Amino acid sequence: MRERDGNPQRMKGVCMTKKQKTLITAAIVFAGTFGTVSEAYAMHIMEGALPVGYCLAWGAFSFPFLMAGFFSIKKTVRENRRALTLLAMSGAFVFVISSLKIPSVSGSCSHMTGTGLGAILFGPAAVSILGLIVLIFQSILLAHGGLTTLGANIFSMAIAGPFLTFFLFRIFEKVKWNRKLSVFLAALFGDLFTYCVTALQLAMAHNSATTFEIALKENLIIFAGTQIPLAIVEGILTVVVIIGLENYARPELKAAGFLKEDR
Amino acid sequence: MKSTDKSNGKLVVILLITAVIIAFTPLFLLKDAEFGGADGKGNTLIETTDPDYEPWAAPVLEVILGRELPGEVESMLFCIQTGIGVGIIAFFMGRFVERKKWTTEEKEG
Repeated sequence: MRERDGNPQRMKGVCMTKKQKTLITAAIVFAGTFGTVSEAYAMHIMEGALPVGYCLAWGAFSFPFLMAGFFSIKKTVRENRRALTLLAMSGAFVFVISSLKIPSVSGSCSHMTGTGLGAILFGPAAVSILGLIVLIFQSILLAHGGLTTLGANIFSMAIAGPFLTFFLFRIFEKVKWNRKLSVFLAALFGDLFTYCVTALQLAMAHNSATTFEIALKENLIIFAGTQIPLAIVEGILTVVVIIGLENYARPELKAAGFLKEDR
Repeated sequence: MKSTDKSNGKLVVILLITAVIIAFTPLFLLKDAEFGGADGKGNTLIETTDPDYEPWAAPVLEVILGRELPGEVESMLFCIQTGIGVGIIAFFMGRFVERKKWTTEEKEG
C-alpha cells in the first residue's frame, strides 16, 4: 500500500490512496453528524416503512462503507484482474441467492442474502457494493425493499451481515478450524445477523404503542425466527460454492488471498 | 488427490440434499400456513407497534403503474434475477472446469 517512489507516475498512485483515505474520513464525519442529528433508526424493509429521519440516518451511516467498498473494488479491478472473475461470481451468487424465496418453519417466506461468499473472499467492504446493486435492482424492478429504505437495507444486508461473516471467518481461521466448517458457520451467522439488524431497525423506528423491548422481540420473532432454517441453507450453499472453487479455481482463489500462495 | 475429489463430491451431494430438505419441509409440515413474505408480516407488525404511522412512500414501479405489481409478473422478474446470476456463475464455472481438464491432460500427455 505505502510504496514510496520519486517517480511522478508512482506518486500519483500514492496520492490517490491518500485522497481515498481523506474521502472516507470525510464520509465518516458526514455520517457521524447526520447520524446524531436525527435519532438513528434498518432487511428488506419496505418502501416508506421507515420515517424520513431514519432513512437519511441509515443512508448516511452506510455511505462511508459504500465508499470504502467502491475503492476496494476499484483496487481489485486495477491490480488483481485474476480475482475479478471471482468477484463477478460473488455478485452473481448474491443475485441468485437473494432471489429465492423459501418457505420457513414460521409459516412465512423469506430469502437469503448470499453476501457471505463475497465477504469471505473479498472482505465486507467490497460486498457492500454487490449488495447495493442487488438492492437497487430489487427495489426498482421488483417493488421489493425500497429506495427510501435503501440505506437501512444496505446497512443490514450489505454491511452488518458481511462484516460479521468476515470477522467470524477470520477468527475461525486463526484457531485453525476446518475450513468448510468455518465457511458454513460464518455464512450462517452473517445471514442471521442481517435479519436481526432489520428487526432492530424496525423496532427502533416503531415502538410508540409498546416499548422498544417488546417491539424488538416481536420483530426478532418474525424476521430472525423465519430466517433460522434459511441461514442454515445459506451456510450450506456457500460451502458448496467454496468446494467447487477450491476444486477448479485455485489460481483465482490464490489471487483473492483465500488460499495461501504456497501449496 | 483423486480420493479427496471423490469425498468432496459426496459431501456436495449430501449438502445439497440437506439444503433441499430444509427448504421444503415447512411446506409439507405446515399445511395451512400462507407462506407470505416475512417483510409483509413486518409491515403488519408496524400497525400494532406504531398505529399512528403512515407509510410515506410507495414502490416506484407501483407508482408508475398505479397499482400493485401483478404476482405473475413479479415472479417473472425474480426469475430474471435468478437467471442473470446463474448465467454468470455457470459461465465462469464451466470455463474453470474445462481449464482444469485441459491442464491435467497436458500434464499427463
